[in-house]
Amino acid sequence: MKRRITALLMIISLTVSLPITLASCRKKAENEIYFLNFKPEIADKYKDIAKVYEEETGVRVKISTAAANSYEQTLKSEIAKKKAPTIFQINGPVGYESWKNYCEDLRDTKLYSILSDKNLAITSGDGVYGIPYVIEGYGIICNTAKFDEYFALADRQKIINSFSEINTFAALETVVADMTAHISELSIDGVFASTSLSGGEDWRWQTHLANVPFYLEVTENNYNVGTTVSEITFEHNGVMKKMFDLYLNNSVTDRALLGSKSVADSMAEFALGQCAMVQNGNWAWAQIKGVSGNTVNEEDIRFLPLYTGTELDDTMGLCVGTENYICINKNASDEQKKMADDFLYWLFSSETGKKFVTEELEFLTPFSTFSDREIPGDPLALEVNRWINDPRSESIPWSFVAFPGTSFKTDFGGALLKYAQGTADWDNVVNTVKTRWKEEASKGKK
Amino acid sequence: MYKRLGRYFPIFMMPILTAFIIAFAVPFLMGLYLSFCDFTTVTDARLTGLSNYKEAFGDDFTHALWYTALFSAASVITVNLFAFVLALLLTKGLKGTNIFRTVFFMPNLIGGIVLGYIWQIIINGILRYRGVDITYSEAYGFFGLLVLTNWQLIGYMMIIYVAGLQNIPNELREAAAIDGASRSMELRHITIPLIMPSITVCTFLTLTNTFKLFDQNLALTAGAPDRLSSLLALDIYNTFYASVGSEGVGQAKAVIFTVILAFIALLQLHVTARRERGNE
Amino acid sequence: MSKKNNALLTAALVLLAVIFIAPIAIVLMNSFKGQFFITDAPFALPNRQTFAGFENYINGIEKTGFIDAFVRSVFITVVSVFGILLFSSMAAWYIVRKNDVVSKVFYYALIFSMIVPFQMVMFTMSKTANTLGLENPVGITVLYLGFGAGLSVFMFTGFVRSIPIQLEEAASIDGCGPIRTFFSIIFPILKPTAITVSILNAMWIWNDYLLPYLVIGSEYRTIPVAVQYLQGGYGSRDMGALMAMLVLAIIPIVIFYLISQKQIIKGVIAGAVKG
Repeated sequence: MKRRITALLMIISLTVSLPITLASCRKKAENEIYFLNFKPEIADKYKDIAKVYEEETGVRVKISTAAANSYEQTLKSEIAKKKAPTIFQINGPVGYESWKNYCEDLRDTKLYSILSDKNLAITSGDGVYGIPYVIEGYGIICNTAKFDEYFALADRQKIINSFSEINTFAALETVVADMTAHISELSIDGVFASTSLSGGEDWRWQTHLANVPFYLEVTENNYNVGTTVSEITFEHNGVMKKMFDLYLNNSVTDRALLGSKSVADSMAEFALGQCAMVQNGNWAWAQIKGVSGNTVNEEDIRFLPLYTGTELDDTMGLCVGTENYICINKNASDEQKKMADDFLYWLFSSETGKKFVTEELEFLTPFSTFSDREIPGDPLALEVNRWINDPRSESIPWSFVAFPGTSFKTDFGGALLKYAQGTADWDNVVNTVKTRWKEEASKGKK
Repeated sequence: MYKRLGRYFPIFMMPILTAFIIAFAVPFLMGLYLSFCDFTTVTDARLTGLSNYKEAFGDDFTHALWYTALFSAASVITVNLFAFVLALLLTKGLKGTNIFRTVFFMPNLIGGIVLGYIWQIIINGILRYRGVDITYSEAYGFFGLLVLTNWQLIGYMMIIYVAGLQNIPNELREAAAIDGASRSMELRHITIPLIMPSITVCTFLTLTNTFKLFDQNLALTAGAPDRLSSLLALDIYNTFYASVGSEGVGQAKAVIFTVILAFIALLQLHVTARRERGNE
Repeated sequence: MSKKNNALLTAALVLLAVIFIAPIAIVLMNSFKGQFFITDAPFALPNRQTFAGFENYINGIEKTGFIDAFVRSVFITVVSVFGILLFSSMAAWYIVRKNDVVSKVFYYALIFSMIVPFQMVMFTMSKTANTLGLENPVGITVLYLGFGAGLSVFMFTGFVRSIPIQLEEAASIDGCGPIRTFFSIIFPILKPTAITVSILNAMWIWNDYLLPYLVIGSEYRTIPVAVQYLQGGYGSRDMGALMAMLVLAIIPIVIFYLISQKQIIKGVIAGAVKG
């Protein structure tokens, strides 16, 4: 009897699953392009866009998304396939070096024609190979409600007396130290959200925070970040260490436990009012907003730059730039290339597309088709916009796009984790950065 | 009797032969060849001789090799010890033996990825009391993998030991009891020698299972901290896929890995054969 | 053995059984807690603040496309196992009865493939599969057939060797060709081995991660691939969804196990002793 049931179950499951599975593979084809997306947090929104686009035009856009920190690796295996991505992205000039054999010249595309500042594109000779599609900014996100509470305390320090006076590293340090002394009055668990350091969740430090010292080195030495820099001195590592220490020592979470913290954890701590600040970019708004029990008011959100404690602080703005350049696969068929351009042009110029971009993807774009009012309405995007347009400050470019490869970043993150846990010192971080940079940069050239 | 059986070759052999060639034979030979090449995709391979093998024995691989060997050794001892003791208890005719057997065996059916995440949450939860988590040191990763492997394999090995123990004729035990043999003497002189075949099987099963462990490792620690808790399979995987430009080295490591496993298999064959000859 | 001793032993076994089940129970419990209350206090029971109902399940199913992954896993497992059963038993019988050089060479090649770790062929096999267009839930069953062939043919040949040839001679006198002889006489006798072979292969294919991840992972996720994808696949890890998906991944296995426990245990013993 039992055997019969098992046999029956198997037959049923087979008959049910066969047509479904077959149907899902049969949808091959001509009217299809393949977009390998970089941003996992908005993967679902791209799928919605693709659905609408297919309804409008009949062209199917297959969206596939690489897991965080594995875009290069996924691209590597996907691009070698027969049905390779039609649209993919590179993170800047270094990315272009690795993928130039696959980048189509986009000079004559409709997408390029709407790029407002043509200098932003990645070019080589006369050719245009990568077009940025989003402008992003990052710094320290602050909940000013917590600061208001703090500045209302009677026994606080009296050197810095308002949020607007926090405009150097020293000022930030003073306020943070004193806030930590008053965490119970402020009903927070720490001034900063957890410095998430578990695998794949450490990019806020090994790229974004590390951008500042690297930027200083680049400007001093006139490195050409458009090519692979073969070796760095990392001489301004102290700038990074100061800020990193500030995060670790005034955190919601004990530093030894950071290896199991994720970005989502940090953003939730901020959203739930357990801390006053968190380092991240304007893309994080969706994540903050999405936490249930969120206590942060939109009007209390401010951005602070990643102050350095050097002269730079006087004019320092947010780190503004992009590591998102769109490319079209050179090896795709001409029809597919055309379809890819059509899709991208539709996304960034049609009313439907633009609505998706500002409201769902929440991108600040570099395209002339967007008017000044067509920007995302979220507080972080507005803050980025405010900083960019503030004449007293100057944005810091995203120099970290010159970092060599994923495995360099992974090892950098690993060294930071060990430093946080106290199993290795800061020198180990510095050495890891220098030696791994050299190794990876030489590999890229081979 | 089947004089013209050869004519049926296409029907009986072709399907599996084709699948075997596609899935195994061609990739295996290609892999062997590529281990002597520099390549990023199969089509751009360039022969470089033994340089991949030289590069393969870097710090990471040597560390992973030792880490795996130690982990396997520790697993073989703990898993078999616990499994054997449990098997002894479960052959005493206690009430509820079947239920216990069901419970102990179940973890064996759960997949490696799922197992890894189950234990990650448990071990991190315990380590919190010491103010750290599993990424703190490779020793914690080692301990975590060991506990996980025990949980997964004890039930499996126990079942094999139970089968072995049930094959021991009762008369032997009774005879021993009549001769006044103590419990420990019975264990040493009757039980253990008679279940030697099971011990060999379990030892080698644990050995190959732990040597090839990948999914559990990926889910539990993913090599943290700093790739130090990577077992061999994960190290090879990372060499292939985590960076561009070292595919050849990854393939060379995989060949070395194959040689190690082939050696273990030959050893097993040798041990089993020798015992069978001894019995005759 | 005294009664008191027995009671003590039983108590010890009960304790051990509880320890064995605890990890699953803890995951189950955490699957009902909000995602930010798991890492910090995995052993705390849900309370009014942390209880999340089925939110994690709904979230996780949606995020990972769990239903699709489940159907896909069932399909791949069932088709592969049927293919392996049919074709390995046929090949095994042919190898034993024909017993010529070609069969022998193939047989040893199959045995050899059992030793070789997957890492040895993962890269080249993904490429081969791609070139031949096998990167879909149907094509992957061909790969499983090729990979599962080693153990399965090995086990079937072991059994076929013990079948007296007289049985078949009688049939052939009656005018049966090899195909009819195989399906009407041999195949039914192979049933015990067939059960073992299907259980071993089903366990392996259902739980397999790396092969489906490399070959079809970017488009079609099976359950293990979907679970792993929760790690970083959506911007950041959602612990709640992870817990819920772990529970959902375990449930079918437990059900299957409880229904056919005897066969599974018998199969595993047979597989272990031969393998």
